[in-house]
Amino acid sequence: MRRFFLIAPPFAWLLLLFLVPFVIVVKISLSDAALAIPPYVPKFSWAEGIGTYFSQLDFENFTFLTEDDLYWKAYLSSLKIATVSTILTLLVGYPMAYGMARASSEWRPTLMMLVILPFWTSFLIRVYAWMGILSNEGFLNQFLLWTGIIDTPLIILNTNTAVYIGIVYTYLPFMILPIYSALERLDGSLIEAAEDLGCSRLTAFWLVTIPLSKTGIIAGCFLVFIPTLGEFVIPSLLGGSNSLMIGKVLWEEFFSNRDWPVASAVAVILLLILIIPIVLFQRNQQKQQEAEQ
Amino acid sequence: MTLKTMTLTAIVALSSAAATAEEVRVYNWSDYIDEELLTKFEAETGIKLIYDVFDSNEVLETKMLAGGSGYDVVVPSGTFLQRQIIAGAFQPLDMAKLSNSENMWDVIEKRTAQYDPDNAHSINYMWGTTGIGINTAKVAEALGDDAPVGSLSLVFDPANMEKLANCGVHFLDAPSEIIPAALAYIGEDPDSQDPDVIAKAEPVLSAIRPYVQKFHSSEYINALANGDICVAIGWSGDILQARDRAAEADNGVEIAYNAPSEGALMWFDQMAIPVDAPNPEAAHKFLNFIMDAGNMAAASNYVYYANGNKASQPMLEEDVIGDPAIYPDEATLQNLYTTRPYPVKVQRKVTRMWTKIKSGI
Repeated sequence: MRRFFLIAPPFAWLLLLFLVPFVIVVKISLSDAALAIPPYVPKFSWAEGIGTYFSQLDFENFTFLTEDDLYWKAYLSSLKIATVSTILTLLVGYPMAYGMARASSEWRPTLMMLVILPFWTSFLIRVYAWMGILSNEGFLNQFLLWTGIIDTPLIILNTNTAVYIGIVYTYLPFMILPIYSALERLDGSLIEAAEDLGCSRLTAFWLVTIPLSKTGIIAGCFLVFIPTLGEFVIPSLLGGSNSLMIGKVLWEEFFSNRDWPVASAVAVILLLILIIPIVLFQRNQQKQQEAEQ
Repeated sequence: MTLKTMTLTAIVALSSAAATAEEVRVYNWSDYIDEELLTKFEAETGIKLIYDVFDSNEVLETKMLAGGSGYDVVVPSGTFLQRQIIAGAFQPLDMAKLSNSENMWDVIEKRTAQYDPDNAHSINYMWGTTGIGINTAKVAEALGDDAPVGSLSLVFDPANMEKLANCGVHFLDAPSEIIPAALAYIGEDPDSQDPDVIAKAEPVLSAIRPYVQKFHSSEYINALANGDICVAIGWSGDILQARDRAAEADNGVEIAYNAPSEGALMWFDQMAIPVDAPNPEAAHKFLNFIMDAGNMAAASNYVYYANGNKASQPMLEEDVIGDPAIYPDEATLQNLYTTRPYPVKVQRKVTRMWTKIKSGI
């Protein structure tokens, strides 16, 4: 009984904030677009009964997604952008986490604070700040022109490069924190032992430090990869018109085509794609917990 | 706390809530009003005004069609208004509450009636044209002094665009405005609803696509004013605002606006009251306030757009009423075209074509 009360709140939470909205989205994805409020039919009414209602639904919108190249290309391009940004974030984040973990204990809280500090400002404002930095007449170009490294401004804003910069910047803390927590627990004597046994510092890093921080790396990668896949704000503000991401396609379906059913179908498929990394992530977390016990 | 003080606190809280209960929520385009008018409305009526902005008709339409937007007054453009009226999104206006409606200009009302029959659901706020804004110095630098700044060939001829690409070209992210312009450029009917004719715009736009830096419907104001870009297809008043911001900043940037000689789209932004507006009474008061000749003149003087209010014209400043970019002369007026909303199936094709043009897929 006590067990039931313990697990009831999280399950109620999941039911209310995940399952119910998801069922609504699936329901809309099976309807047809219409010029009405709300802009789809059929509308559900108890009077007609559930049977008639379900008989009016079909999978037309899902077959539609397979007929046009746009959708799978957008999914693929999002997967590519998410993968590349995750790798970039790892490359930038790992050394930072490593440095934090190796710093003396009186410095660690300050360093931790510096990683978290950007969260104190709105995410949107920070992305706008990047627009100011990267634009043709922005700080970066003016600085580079002033130093004489370049003589014509670099075009960065409104390209995929700007999208990568924005994503790496925004999601960096999500990469650093789990890696840091894995590295912090790392027993320094293990590395000493490896070095005593003839490892160079680099091989000790490869053979001891990296494997022992694996859980942190995996957790960090998923925390970056999953939200990046559906990212909308960063590509639409920093990206150009040719940075194709599924988040933008979804937006177009909703706003330009006013086709909520197709938009919902796009969202359902996005979720199905995300389930794979989410399940893998869960497994990793579970393994880690078991290992700790 | 004793029971007595608790009751008292509750009463005080309730009565102060009642005092501020009268609210009106307005959802208008960004950079589209003199903010002093907002405080003036609050002072005159005692109604608290909550003013919120958007920068695309699509965003507004999605809110309207979702229902329950919570807004009392919204400002869709003609074709969008027409579609939303059909969807049942707006309530008919109560003319008895709009004593200032006699100020309106019949020339404009006649044109807006094609979107809103008898102007039963909306009043005109502003109208304008979609044309080309240029950074005069940078365009002359790229194309020479005889650059075709008054013609669509400036932005639709790949030879010109190739030279302009380096200094930056922005297009509105609005297929319903850019596609008609491309059709006008090749001599087709800009208001065509025939998918085969609309498809002819695609090669025109794809040819110049590599030279367009961004499709966006509000960033170009600042980008032009700062000198980040040298050409933008945009809305007349927005480009004139960019001109003024550049002049105020005194940064050496000089902006000019032209309605293209091949014809320019004339559009109308209409104020309407959603069918589920929480406070239609106050919404009517706001509409009536806006239709006041003095207020409308103040708004136009501030945003550099023409309005549909005849009585406001004597109060307009000379650089507004006297500027043919804002109040076009007879010849230009003849050259302006209007468009109708696309049917649903055509709309999907248009959006799909737009995505293809923008992303190449």
